[in-house]
Amino acid sequence: MSNLVIDLISGGLLLGGGVIGVLGGLGLLRFPDFYSRLHAAGMTDTLCALMIITGLILQTGLSLLTLKLALILLFLLFTSPTASHALAKAALSDGVEPLEQSPKNPDADSADQGASSSNT
Amino acid sequence: MRYVISLIFVLAALWLAVSGVYKPLLFGLGAGSIALVVWLSLRMDVVGIEHNPGLYFPKLFAYWGWLVGQIISANIHVAKRVLSPKGIRPHIIEVPVPQHTAVSRVTYANSCTLTPGTVTLDITPERMRVHALDDVSAQGLMSQEMAQKILWLESQSGNPRVTQNQTESAS
Repeated sequence: MSNLVIDLISGGLLLGGGVIGVLGGLGLLRFPDFYSRLHAAGMTDTLCALMIITGLILQTGLSLLTLKLALILLFLLFTSPTASHALAKAALSDGVEPLEQSPKNPDADSADQGASSSNT
Repeated sequence: MRYVISLIFVLAALWLAVSGVYKPLLFGLGAGSIALVVWLSLRMDVVGIEHNPGLYFPKLFAYWGWLVGQIISANIHVAKRVLSPKGIRPHIIEVPVPQHTAVSRVTYANSCTLTPGTVTLDITPERMRVHALDDVSAQGLMSQEMAQKILWLESQSGNPRVTQNQTESAS
């Protein structure tokens, strides 16, 4: 019985992590410029990783694997902001201008969707 | 020397925990790797109070718990923005950096980048430039809540230099 409950929680976390990952990818396509896309990418290596690894920890039970998974999460949470920051700083020093967008600007949004689909 | 010993201790614990196979050969390889890492760290001059793995030890877990809560709420907010991208207003803000030591400034900048919606672009000892996805994300950082938490982390950490600076700036 308790196994079933743990499986359900773990399954929910894995599914939730997957949904966040997909939303992060969707945001990567939808957001208008490089810097705002970084925020969408940030979702995939924070909550997505957090939920998936917590779900996996519930699956493994208490063992050495638990510690290994927790360490993976720890190192991921330490390195990913450094990588995001390095990307943003590199883009800035390479002259990629951040877009300053007013709250309602449908033109920029639709124009970008065309651009991103032609890129892929 | 104290920091060299604590570094060796943490590395040994990490090796024992991750390896899981306890044979003489692996103990030897572990000791060799630890010696190499400690020697490299000494050569790089990164062994010291700011690189002590046990820095902020008990408080760090309380901070991480709080940070995970922030990460979850920020993720939910950005997920909503992904579903309705019309509401975003990307802009750059500047926030003061009140921390006194390099390691807590880095903690601040990294925590800020770790919460989706804000990415640190540049940091100087006094200020940092942050790219925010919209006004809600920007306000979360402008409220200085995170900065205060890290100041709390920095205080009473058994580091006399920090507490001294703290009282100087308070007076």
